[in-house]
Amino acid sequence: MNISDSAHASGPSARPKAATLEFREATKRYPGQDEPAVNELSLTVPAGEICVLVGPSGCGKTTAMRMVNRMTQITAGDILLDGQSVRERRPAELRRGIGYAIQQVGLFPHLSVADNIGTVPRLLGWDRERIRARVDELLELVSLDAHETRDRFPGQLSGGQRQRVGVARALAVDPPLMLMDEPFGAIDPINRERLQNEFLRLQREIRKTVVFVTHDIDEAIKIGDRIAIMQRGGHLAQYAPPAELLMYPANPFVEDFVGSDRALKRLALQRVRDVDLWKAPLVRVGEPVAEARAKLSDSEVPFPLLVDGDRRPLGWLSERALAGERVTEELRSKPEPLLELDDVLRDALSDLLAEEAQYGPVVDERGAVRGVLSIEILSHALKTDPEHVPSGADAP
Amino acid sequence: MSTLLAQVEIRDRTEASCVSDNGFCPDWIVDNLDRYVNPFFQHVLLTVVALAIGFAIAFTLAVIAYRRRWLIGPVTQVTGVLYTVPSIAAFFLLLPITGRGFLTATIALVAYSLLIIFRNVLTGLDNVPGETKDAGRGMGLTPRQLLWRVELPLALPEILAGLRIAATTTVGLATLAFFAGAGGLGERIFDQITFKSNVVVAGGLAVLLAAVLDGLILLFQRAVTPWTRAVGAR
Amino acid sequence: MDEGGGRAVNDFVDAIGFIFSERDSPAGGTRVGGLGEIWELMWPHLKLSGASLGIACAIAIPLGLWLGHRGRGGFLAINASNVGRAVPSLALIAFFMAYIGVGFTNLTLALVLLALPPVLTNTYTGVRQVDRDAVDSARGMGMTGPQIVRRVELPLALPLIFGGIRTSAVNVVATATIAPLAGVVTLGDPIINVNTYGDEGRLAAAIVVALLAVATEVALGTAQRAVTPRGLKVNRREALT
Repeated sequence: MNISDSAHASGPSARPKAATLEFREATKRYPGQDEPAVNELSLTVPAGEICVLVGPSGCGKTTAMRMVNRMTQITAGDILLDGQSVRERRPAELRRGIGYAIQQVGLFPHLSVADNIGTVPRLLGWDRERIRARVDELLELVSLDAHETRDRFPGQLSGGQRQRVGVARALAVDPPLMLMDEPFGAIDPINRERLQNEFLRLQREIRKTVVFVTHDIDEAIKIGDRIAIMQRGGHLAQYAPPAELLMYPANPFVEDFVGSDRALKRLALQRVRDVDLWKAPLVRVGEPVAEARAKLSDSEVPFPLLVDGDRRPLGWLSERALAGERVTEELRSKPEPLLELDDVLRDALSDLLAEEAQYGPVVDERGAVRGVLSIEILSHALKTDPEHVPSGADAP
Repeated sequence: MSTLLAQVEIRDRTEASCVSDNGFCPDWIVDNLDRYVNPFFQHVLLTVVALAIGFAIAFTLAVIAYRRRWLIGPVTQVTGVLYTVPSIAAFFLLLPITGRGFLTATIALVAYSLLIIFRNVLTGLDNVPGETKDAGRGMGLTPRQLLWRVELPLALPEILAGLRIAATTTVGLATLAFFAGAGGLGERIFDQITFKSNVVVAGGLAVLLAAVLDGLILLFQRAVTPWTRAVGAR
Repeated sequence: MDEGGGRAVNDFVDAIGFIFSERDSPAGGTRVGGLGEIWELMWPHLKLSGASLGIACAIAIPLGLWLGHRGRGGFLAINASNVGRAVPSLALIAFFMAYIGVGFTNLTLALVLLALPPVLTNTYTGVRQVDRDAVDSARGMGMTGPQIVRRVELPLALPLIFGGIRTSAVNVVATATIAPLAGVVTLGDPIINVNTYGDEGRLAAAIVVALLAVATEVALGTAQRAVTPRGLKVNRREALT
């Protein structure tokens, strides 16, 4: 197995690094228990896709994931990684080629962030320089300042930072497969949303095969390319892309688990970047009022949005700002909620409702305004024909 | 008092009177410091050798028992008995077998330290968080790599704490080593047990030795576990 | 080697003999040995140990309870043991002999000092590790300070306190062995004054002292288990009904 140097992709076809994973009637029985923990699970995860294992507690989703890297021994059946049975590989060697990220992260407290991330590379004998470069690259990839973070100890990091380092560590040798067990479970909801978005952005770039375990159906729908819903007793209830799951649930259990507000759940499938945004009437302080008014009439947004030199939003302007010759900084309200291109529509809707706003500026990675999202646009999206609903991680 | 006078070296009148009054005599101490040098080094040697051997044995037992849990009970019982038997009794119980001298004293001192070190190594290893071990195994560390690169480093604070306790107690017990014919500072104390100056110097040196060993191990611990001091999340 | 081994066995057999049968002292002039002698030596040993331990507990337990309850003086309570460990028992006794004098009372004082630290430290930490929630609810129920100590903290700290008593007891029994140096005749006499009792007497005393120490440890260990509240043994939560 080749371990590459780089995490960046120049395009999906340049990444032959993702593996295919196949569960073939994989079963796990614990001695002394009637029901197996995982019951003849069969499914295939195509290369580069995120397969989410989801279900109520006790359904065997974590057990199934742990069977892939043999942290849990397979009782019957098989699991094939790129066509080769995992049972034929030596466990330690197998695991070094699979990224492993768990809920409590499990960073080594006695090692710096850099040494944590560099653990498997060191095991594989990479030289010091190569490891150092890779660590910096990975830290940037998970949006952490490499210079500031690399020498810290896990005890000095916040929960969210630890999670990111955990993901970076799992990606260290660019493994073709990632196993993630509720990696964002222990994070507060606000940061969890951010981490999910960043993970999806990351996945768009590096396109790994991922098995992702969660108990949260909303997270599953947001993240998964394909979702495997499991029932108590280790049974697979349905394995399908999110849209199919929502529209054609296979049985009452799935229907119940997915929840009755399927329409709203569909909002989790589209992102802000997927819909047509209103044009934002952007004005700067000192601009001629006539120009400002022209932009305003050109847009469906009733108030002008004040921005700074970098197009970052400062607030919605009141009438008084347009009273004189030039625009002044008379705000009627702050710009929040600020929405991101990668936000799913459901999160955008709840942000708008939380601020009791009808619309919010949409900004890109640098914080510059790209448009305005309104409740109107969202209710229109709700009525959209389900045939055209895209899946979670696709880029336009 | 006259026997005391006959035994000690007297330099001058003031020193003589101080000694005969059995006061605390700095002059006498300075003049006779060389009497304590050899016993001191015997004491150091005895302590360090006993600690090294005791640590080697107890550490090995603990690492083995960590994976084979059924060993913990029996080892704890045995080392527990060794710990309970007073060292002075141990010296004489060993006498018929190993005779008088350094060996007997060392065996008894080693036996005493086993329980403390064994327990602390085991506790340190058991206290490693489960998720850290899970993550380590999941990443592909073999059990041996996990032990040496993750579990033992994380157990170090506890292990060294046990070593510190063993060190100070061993210094204390080594003062009785002269009963086994191994010399040490205790012999000096015993020789002139009612002479204040003597008791203070010999006893003081023992306490000093214990404190220095304790401090050295503590410094070592600070040096090798930098992560325990780096606190404060952002 | 066989010869050496054989000799060792002989020595032990002789020592056992000493315990059970009287004989003439090698130094002449008196009879030594036998169960009566052993008891005559053991009784002062027990008296000395018991008195010292008792006084030490009478001081250290209330002090430890109070400090632990208030949360003060932790530095003192915890480092008392560290300091105590560093002072060799022989040095302590010699110090007392040189500065205060010999005899039962003075020696008892010295042993009290020896026994204090473990009991104090363990009592303090025993109280500190009591579930804070339990103490909180007790306070909320209207218990006064002393009541909280008596009804909540003390029972829950008892196992650790007993652990400290255990440690001190073994230390005291061991140190009482060298009491003859200070003029108090205990089981250590045959060891210190070997000429009177002979080699077999010395070995016999060593055996008896060892057995006594182990017996003390076992007895107090049983007592410790007996005072561990059933709830704690099953391992957990509410101590208040």
